Amino acid sequence: MFRLEVRSSTPAWFNLALPLLAIAVTLILCSGLIALAGAGVLESYGVMFTASLGDSYAITETLVRAAPMIFTGLAVAVAFRAKFWNIGAEGQLLAGAVASCFVGAIPMPGPLAMLLMAVAGAAAGAAVALVPATLRVRFKVDDVVSSLLLNSVIYYALMALIEGPWKDSFSGYPISPPIEDSANFPVLIEGTRLHLGVVVALIAAPLIWFLIARTTLGFRIRVTGENPEAARYGGIHVERVLLSTALLSGALAGLAGVGEVGGVHFQVMSDISPGYGYSGIVVAMLARLNPLGVVPAAIFLAAVMTGAEAMSRATGVPAFLSDVIQGTALLAMLVALLFTAYRIRRVGAAS
Amino acid sequence: MSAVFEQIFQVGFLAAIIRIATPLAFATLGEMFSERAGVLNLGIEGIMLLCAMTGFTAASLSGNLWLGVLAAVLTGMLMSALHALFTVALGLSQHVCGIGVTLFSSGLAYFLYRLIFGQQSVPPSIKGFETLPIPVLSDIPVLGPAVFNQFTLVYLAIIAIPLAAFVLYRTPWGLSVRMVGENPRAADSAGVSVMATRFQAVILGGALMGLAGAFLSMAQFNAFTFGVVSGRGWVAIALVVFGRWDPWRSAGAALLFAFVDALQLRMQASGLGHIPYEAFLMLPFIFTIIAMAFMSRNAVAPSALLKPFRKEER
Repeated sequence: MFRLEVRSSTPAWFNLALPLLAIAVTLILCSGLIALAGAGVLESYGVMFTASLGDSYAITETLVRAAPMIFTGLAVAVAFRAKFWNIGAEGQLLAGAVASCFVGAIPMPGPLAMLLMAVAGAAAGAAVALVPATLRVRFKVDDVVSSLLLNSVIYYALMALIEGPWKDSFSGYPISPPIEDSANFPVLIEGTRLHLGVVVALIAAPLIWFLIARTTLGFRIRVTGENPEAARYGGIHVERVLLSTALLSGALAGLAGVGEVGGVHFQVMSDISPGYGYSGIVVAMLARLNPLGVVPAAIFLAAVMTGAEAMSRATGVPAFLSDVIQGTALLAMLVALLFTAYRIRRVGAAS
Repeated sequence: MSAVFEQIFQVGFLAAIIRIATPLAFATLGEMFSERAGVLNLGIEGIMLLCAMTGFTAASLSGNLWLGVLAAVLTGMLMSALHALFTVALGLSQHVCGIGVTLFSSGLAYFLYRLIFGQQSVPPSIKGFETLPIPVLSDIPVLGPAVFNQFTLVYLAIIAIPLAAFVLYRTPWGLSVRMVGENPRAADSAGVSVMATRFQAVILGGALMGLAGAFLSMAQFNAFTFGVVSGRGWVAIALVVFGRWDPWRSAGAALLFAFVDALQLRMQASGLGHIPYEAFLMLPFIFTIIAMAFMSRNAVAPSALLKPFRKEER
């Protein structure tokens, strides 16, 4: 006989074991779709791996794709730590992209332009995230729905810009004018797309980890999330912490948009984000809301995305497999998290 | 401005409103049932897309449109049952699961569509539903041709609204749904199975989302494209809140949004007005967010929304 027992604490190795378990289950489940497409499972996953992590160029491409998801993953992780349910990273990313593109198009010295793009993008993302947080703190409005709905508002605002005042009257394409060449983020390795923003993303993760784990604000964020009553009792201004969390979370998501404008697309178009904001939720959950875990989780998703295209070319399995893997990984991880709340214990036949 | 008003009272314009409102009404009623039982289903966007795909595929392969509708409804029930399994049976967080179901369903829809139909320069289309004029009623001036010369699925949506209100407010099962959404503990004490009722409500909601998806790919566009749903699921989430979780108000909200959307399309087509059309598309979201701030004072949302229920925890 087996029975479920409530667990009081979880061993540290769970932080690594659970995501790996979830990813393994995901790859096994999705191998059914590869078989359905009539391709070899190991061959397909093999191509996926070599094309995304097999050589140094592939690794740079994967890192370029991981960068925005590191930022949105951090944004979601920080927010969820405080139980501020920010589902709006997508909209915050778009706001950051628009703001940084606007600044980047103004002629000024390159380094200054990049700095101001980052500041403007972060500020725009933060401003968007502040809306659901303020509504929750002031009016007790559910942040899940309000932050989700804001994504659509920001998306249509972006569309109005690129189909209106920003529209290229010459070509007629709904894309923004490009940013100044001097504002393009420098490429770090000749012949690749590895830009400065990727390094910033990789540095941001340990910084946010430090902030959450070692600073007073981080402590307040964690306590607010774990036990708001105790936080209040301990003299923490819970509402203020939620607002600060929203600002931080929105700024991080905004930086994801800055990187895409400054380092990858150099302008804004309607599909500048293929859902990186929602991927951020997958990344944060796989990372168990640990900022350091966000980096490998984002690289995993990025590798799946980059690898899926090569796999599709080589084996004919539709590249959309990467979207299925993303959704399955999130659901598998949520189920795996049950092991942190419960344990299965063997009970003797006599009892 | 008078030109705009002339356009509004054209038969074609009224018919367009009804057509745009139909999938939204199905989706909104579906989401409403789920939320009234205490389960937010953010999977709706992906579920509608997958249903549009399976419905289109089944209709295209079998040549029978109603078989397509059946496939879409069954898909909706299956995917929402998955959401219920995670959120009701396992008690996992509803919003994160919902996003997971949306990512999974839309990924699966894209994948299977590409697998079945390959990459074609012109997307395959089907001969979709044709309008079915209702004798006598369709002869009423203006209203007749606009409302009673429509697709069968439109009539089904018109019937679904009072039916949903009847089921929710006048049947024992509807009472159970409202109880498990408001106070699951009390419902449990009264002998109502919280888990079973929530499962049923979420799955019924999924069936309605399936009808919404079927309408999009088999009556409105007669094809499946990756943008066939394009945020209509999120609109439904907003309309449920805006309609205060009530079938009549939610359907009214769907109709109102359809009016704004149809107006926007007309203005775009006729080149009238200088307001960007996106401003109109934003309206339901902005109004809903504002409405939420005002509504929070009188707490109209189901009290147990987003809260899992575990029987053993007292």
